[in-house]
Amino acid sequence: MKHVIATIGAAALAMALVLPGANAAEEEGEQHTVHYPLKKPVEQDWSFAGPFGKYDKGQLQRGFKVYANVCSACHSLKRVAFRDFHELGYSEEEVDAIAAGYDVEDGPNADGEMFTRPGLPTDYFPSPYENEEQAKVANNGAIPPDFSLIAKARGVERGFPLFVFDVFTQYAEGGPDYIYSLLTGYGEEPAEHVVVPDGLYYNPHFGSGVALAMAQPLYGDDVEYDDGTPATIEQEAKDVAAFLMWAAEPHMTERKEMGFRVMLFLIIFAAFLYLAKKQVWSRVDH
Amino acid sequence: MSTYEAHGTYTPTSGIGKWVDARMPLPRMMYDSFVAYPVPRNLNYAYTFGGILSFMLISQILTGVVLAMHYVASTGLAFTSVENIMRDVNHGWLLRYMHSNGASFFFVAVYLHMFRGMYYGSYKAPRELLWILGCIIYLLMMATGFMGYVLPWGQMSFWGATVITGFFTAFPVVGQPIQELLLGGYAVGDPTLNRFFSLHYLLPFMIAGVVILHVWALHVTGQTNPTGIEVKSKTDTVAFTPYATIKDAFAMMVFFVVFAYFVFYLPNYLGHPDNYIEANPLVTPAHIVPEWYFLPFYAMLRAITFNVGPIDSKLGGVLVMFGSIALLFIMPWLDTSKVRSAVYRPWYKLFFWIFVANAIFLGWLGSKPAEGVYTMMAQIATLYYFVFFLIILPVLGLIETPRRLPNSITEAVLERNRKSGAQQVASGTAASPETRG
Amino acid sequence: MSEETITADETTRRDFIYVATGMLGVVGAAGLAWPFIDQMRPDAAVRAAGQPVDIDISSIEPGAAIIVTWRGKPYFVRRLTEAEIGAVTELPESDLKDPAPAEPRIGGPADEATKDWVVVAANCTHLGCIPKVVDTGADGWNCPCHGSVFDFTGRILRGPAPINLPQPPHVFADASTLTIGTDTV
Repeated sequence: MKHVIATIGAAALAMALVLPGANAAEEEGEQHTVHYPLKKPVEQDWSFAGPFGKYDKGQLQRGFKVYANVCSACHSLKRVAFRDFHELGYSEEEVDAIAAGYDVEDGPNADGEMFTRPGLPTDYFPSPYENEEQAKVANNGAIPPDFSLIAKARGVERGFPLFVFDVFTQYAEGGPDYIYSLLTGYGEEPAEHVVVPDGLYYNPHFGSGVALAMAQPLYGDDVEYDDGTPATIEQEAKDVAAFLMWAAEPHMTERKEMGFRVMLFLIIFAAFLYLAKKQVWSRVDH
Repeated sequence: MSTYEAHGTYTPTSGIGKWVDARMPLPRMMYDSFVAYPVPRNLNYAYTFGGILSFMLISQILTGVVLAMHYVASTGLAFTSVENIMRDVNHGWLLRYMHSNGASFFFVAVYLHMFRGMYYGSYKAPRELLWILGCIIYLLMMATGFMGYVLPWGQMSFWGATVITGFFTAFPVVGQPIQELLLGGYAVGDPTLNRFFSLHYLLPFMIAGVVILHVWALHVTGQTNPTGIEVKSKTDTVAFTPYATIKDAFAMMVFFVVFAYFVFYLPNYLGHPDNYIEANPLVTPAHIVPEWYFLPFYAMLRAITFNVGPIDSKLGGVLVMFGSIALLFIMPWLDTSKVRSAVYRPWYKLFFWIFVANAIFLGWLGSKPAEGVYTMMAQIATLYYFVFFLIILPVLGLIETPRRLPNSITEAVLERNRKSGAQQVASGTAASPETRG
Repeated sequence: MSEETITADETTRRDFIYVATGMLGVVGAAGLAWPFIDQMRPDAAVRAAGQPVDIDISSIEPGAAIIVTWRGKPYFVRRLTEAEIGAVTELPESDLKDPAPAEPRIGGPADEATKDWVVVAANCTHLGCIPKVVDTGADGWNCPCHGSVFDFTGRILRGPAPINLPQPPHVFADASTLTIGTDTV
C-alpha cells in the first residue's frame, strides 16, 4: 500500500511539473466562453433526499395544485396517468374526480368520429396543445417542454471536486434544485455587459442562456393551498419542484426502501463470506 | 479435451455420474476447471475481477433479456417504452437501473482487471493470446455499450450515435459509404435503431463466447501472480475450490455493495440528464459527452486539433483514438523486459502509476468542453499515453535494473510472512494445504 | 475441558459459518430472482386498463349477438328470442356435459319483465378459439376449430370442450347499459 501511495504521489508531482507550461500557453489565447447558468442552483432541503428520503404527500398535492393551476396551461405531463395520483395520497374517489375534471379525446365512435369525454383514471394527462406546431405558434416559436421527466432532464454540472463528494452525500436533487432556482430567479436586473434578447426574460439560473422565452410564471398567491400553507413564491416553487420530481421518478421512495434492505443483506452476506474465506484460508499460508 | 484430462482427478462415484462421464465428460471438465484447477496461493484481491466480470456479464444478459421483453425498437416508441418500463412494469425501474448502472460497473471491473494485468505483466509470454482475447472482449464491450446507450432514444443517445458513426467519415473516399452502411440511411433513424437493438442483443453472446476462449487460454497457461514467477511445484498452488471461489465470492459481494449503492441511491449519477429528453434531430445538446467509460478516448479524439501533412485533424483524431486501442493488442511485444511483475520493476512501477493517473486525467478532460487550456492538457496527456506504449515500454525493459526475484512463489510467501512477523512457522512449506487443519 | 470438546466446538463454529453463508446465498438468489419473474406479470398500465367497461345495448334486437372486449379478451353479449329461451330451458340434463341450470345464465335490466340477455366469454373452453354464432335447434355456438357446440346460454353440449363458457362479472346498470367487469352498479 505504501508503495502505491508513493507512486501516486510521484505521478501527481509529474503532472504538476507539466501543467504550469499548459497554463502559461493558455493565458495568451484565452477567450471568454460563458458557461450557463450564470448562477448555480440554490440547494434546498428535500424530504426525498438521502438514503431514507420519502416524498411528502402533502407537498406533492400542493405541487400538483400549482402545476394544475399554473404550469399546465402550457406544459404537458403526458407520461403521467391519473391512476398514478393514488401515490399522492388521494383516494379512489378523489382520483376519479380529478380525472373527470379533464376532458379527454377518445374515439372513433360508431360513427367514425372522435369525441371528448370526461377523463378516467386510466387516461394520461391531456396536453394543452394539439401538436408541436400549435405549441410553437402559441409561444412565440418556443415549445414549452413536457414536464413528465423535467426533474431528471435538468441538472447543472457540479464540477470537480463536488462530483466526488456527491457520491458520498448521495446528492441527486440537481433537477428540483434547478427548477426551484429558475422559478424564483426572475426579477433580477442583468449585469451591464449582459445583453437580453428581445422577447426573452432574463434569469441567471437558466441553464442554456441568459434569458428564456417563459415569462415569470409564479409570483406568490397564484393558488390557494387546501392545507392552509401560505402560498409564497418560494413555497410554490418548492412544492411544484417536488411534484415534478415525483412525476419523473414515481418509484423513488420504494427504490430507497428496497435499497436499504438490499444493502443490509449484502453487507451481512459479505461479512459471512469474509468469515468463511478466513476459515478456508486459515489452512494455508498466503 | 486433453488439457482437462491432464490434471484430471475427477472420479465419478454414482452410477449416473459414470454413465455421463463416459459419454460427455462435462462434469469432469467443470470439476477440473473450477474445482481441482490449481491457482497460485499468493493471488491478491486484484485477481478477483475475472470472477466479478463473469457475473456482471451474466447479470447484464439476464436484465437485458427481460428488458427486451418490454422495449420497442422504433424511433416513435423507444423512449416511451423505456418510460413504461420505469413507471409501469413490475420492478421495471430496478431492472433498468441494474442494466444501465451494470454497464458502468462492468467497465469499472474491466478497467481494474486490465490495470491489474498491466501491473503484474499478465500480457507477457506465454499469455499473449490470453491478453489479445481480453482486448477483443473489451472491444466488443465498447461496441455493446455504445449501441445500448442509443436504445433509450434520448438526446444523448441520438447525438452520441451521430457523432460516433461520424468517425468513419474521417476516412477519405470510403468514409461516407461506411457511415451510410452503418446507419442504413443518411442520418440516425429507424433502421439504425433497429440494427443497433439487434446487435446489442447479439454481441453479449459473442462476448460470452470469447470469454470461454479467454478462460480456456487461461487454464492452459495458468494464472500469473504478484511475483510474476511461474508455478514450479505443487506447494505453489492451492485448489480453485474452495480457496479461490470463496475469495472471489467475498470480493464479488463487496463489489455488489458498491454496485447496489449506485443502483438504489444514485441510479442517474453516471448518466446524463439530457438522455431524459426524447431524441430531437433538430436540436443538439450544449455539451455532447459519451458515457464515462469512453471519456479518455474521447479526450484523445478531440486533442488532435492540427493537421499533420496529408492527414487532417479529423482523421488524425480518429486515427489516434483507434490507435490508442490498437496499442493494447501489441502490448505483449512492446514490453521488452524479462521480468513480469511491476513489484520487481521500480521504474516500470512509477511509469505505470503515472499511466493510470494519466488515464483518469484524460477521462476528466473528456468531460470538459474542448477549449482553451483543456485542449492543451489533453494533448500532453495523449502524448504520454502513446509515449508509455511506444517508448517507455520497449526502452525500459532494456535499461531497467530489476530487484532480486524470489526463487519460487512459496519462498516469496514465506519470506513476506516472516517479515510481517506472521505466526505461522515453516510447517506449511512442504505440507500441501489439504493435509493441514 | 478436554481437547476433544474444543475440537468439537471449533467444528461447530466452522460449520455454522459455512451453513449460514450458504443459506444467505440461497436467500439472496431467491430475492434476486423475484424481480425477474415479477416483471412478466401484467404491468400497472395493463392492470389499470382492466377496469369495468360500459356497453350501450339499446340497439340490440332479440336474436342478435355482439362481441365486446374487457381486459383485452372478447365476450359475447347475446339477446335471445323467446324460441331460443324455450329451447334451452327444455334441454334435459342428460344432454349437458357440464350440467348447470339455464335460468341463472340469462339476465337483463332490473326494470324489464323479460330476461333475455346472455353474457359469456367468447373464447371456447377447449383451446380458446371464438365459436361461431349459430341457431339450429338448441345449438347456439359452434366452434370452428375443433367442433365444440354450445347452447344459447353457452353451456357445452358436445365436442372436446370440457366446461361451459364462463360468465364475466357483469351488471345491467340501467335499461340500455351493460357493465362488464363488476357485479355492482
